[in-house]
Amino acid sequence: MTNNKQNRARLLQGNEACVQGALYAGLNFFAGYPITPSTEIAEGLSRELPKIGGKFIQMEDEIGSIAAVIGASNAGSKAMTATSGPGFSLMQENIGYAYMTETPCVIVDVQRGGPSTGLPTKISQSDIMQARWGTHGDYTAITLAPSSVKECFEQTVRAFNLSERFRTPVTVLTDEVLGHMREMMIIPEPGELEVRHRIKPDVPADWYKHFELTANFVSPMAAFGEGYRYNVSGLTHDQAGFPTNVAAEIKEKLDKLKLKIERFSDEIVNLRTEMMDDAKIAVISCGTVARAAIQAVKIARENRLKVGAIQPLTLWPFPDAQIRELLANVRKVVVAELNMGQVVHEIRRIVPDHTEVYFLGRYDGEVMPPQQIFEKIKEVK
Amino acid sequence: MTTAAKHKSDRYEIRFSGSGGQGLILAGVMLAEAVGTGDGKNVVQTQSYGPEARGGASRSDVVISEGEIYYPKTMKLDLLLALTQEACDKYYPDLKEGGILVVDSVLVTQVPTKSYFGFPFTRLAREEIGHIMVANVIALGAIAELTGIVSRESIEKVVMKRAPRGTEEKNFKALELGIAVAKKAKKQK
Repeated sequence: MTNNKQNRARLLQGNEACVQGALYAGLNFFAGYPITPSTEIAEGLSRELPKIGGKFIQMEDEIGSIAAVIGASNAGSKAMTATSGPGFSLMQENIGYAYMTETPCVIVDVQRGGPSTGLPTKISQSDIMQARWGTHGDYTAITLAPSSVKECFEQTVRAFNLSERFRTPVTVLTDEVLGHMREMMIIPEPGELEVRHRIKPDVPADWYKHFELTANFVSPMAAFGEGYRYNVSGLTHDQAGFPTNVAAEIKEKLDKLKLKIERFSDEIVNLRTEMMDDAKIAVISCGTVARAAIQAVKIARENRLKVGAIQPLTLWPFPDAQIRELLANVRKVVVAELNMGQVVHEIRRIVPDHTEVYFLGRYDGEVMPPQQIFEKIKEVK
Repeated sequence: MTTAAKHKSDRYEIRFSGSGGQGLILAGVMLAEAVGTGDGKNVVQTQSYGPEARGGASRSDVVISEGEIYYPKTMKLDLLLALTQEACDKYYPDLKEGGILVVDSVLVTQVPTKSYFGFPFTRLAREEIGHIMVANVIALGAIAELTGIVSRESIEKVVMKRAPRGTEEKNFKALELGIAVAKKAKKQK
């Protein structure tokens, strides 16, 4: 390692890496309500944000937290909150408001067991569907799922970039083990990773429409106080932001929310594969479980079983086309998750009829060890 | 031996265990930081959280490898440090065949094997260094010497950096004492 690299090498917790990633991406506003196992994110930002002139607010609860984040973003800040399952549930109504008002913001959900207050100190992956369908109505969500400390940093940066690029909330789903584990990472230098900012209007104030329909469906966004007059409403609205009951305008708005993301899913979707080239069996998993799955694949290969692993780093939009292509010559798929079955439904939705899909779930608060996945591989082979 | 255990190549797994308040998490973090930042190896440190960490058996695990570490938790321990009887009883089954067991010889009176290293860490801390709180760092020094998993320069640097302010010298002395007692024990084996 060069001296410079050595200076940037840190032993960080996953939660601390989210803090560093957010700061790297230009975060300057955080509002949150502390909740295990996400608390280190709020702690870290309460120390770091004041140093750079940013704002840290501990709100009265999670509903207030996401409301403050949405307000701050509309005032021009890069804003984030961090929580866990119970807090994520409370935030859902306002997250819907962020989808509808096309407000960029980042929500980190460090998953723990549920439902309700569930298991504060135990791992789970049971918020995957909540990240997609948590609030009511039709919309398209972006959700990223890191599996290492380094990826916590990178995916948090990416979450900000995607939220600014598409004017939408982005969820980073981690978990208790990932949030608390410590690993080495080298903090990238400024400029090493891309950092994006929302597009600002370049029209005279009188011409500005806050929800203007553009070629790529994303509207330039002026901040409060920048001299542009506009209306922000959770009611279904026209391009100027005023409530509408006109069928054509309603459809146009909902299509916009969907198409601005779906048309560009190639830009968003990101996955990792391990030994898929000649694989006859594939293990599909995300987050902490993906690391156990890759270990299980290594064990399987030593036992001369042609097994590979697929790890979606983007959970939403789900990598339909990419996974379908990877499974072209695969006959058997094991979907391993720390829940009673969530990603497995997506896999069943996209695979051809002749592909056998097996589910391996765990929901007792413990991690899934490689041996458990290997046993399942042997069982289905 | 399980297939998972056989799989590990240069993967080395260490558990620091005892009861909450013995500084085991800090010892694990110190080792992880020393091998990671100092020696440039891959490392993952995990720990028990919540009710389990308060009183009762507490633990901090460190996985070290030259190569990429996939599964971040331990699979079969190469070394188990137990500072209480409860921790020794609870975690001994996680130690792999031929793995190294290190216990506090005053606090762990019933050792489940004849092949182990016993050091009176807590007594040494009190009598030699004058502070019971540094038993964790004496144990860390002993582990560093017994395994050779971390360079002396790196672990010394990290102990000085991570020690609570004003206790640097005591912690440094504790580390050196741990290294010295382990060296002696190794010769006697």
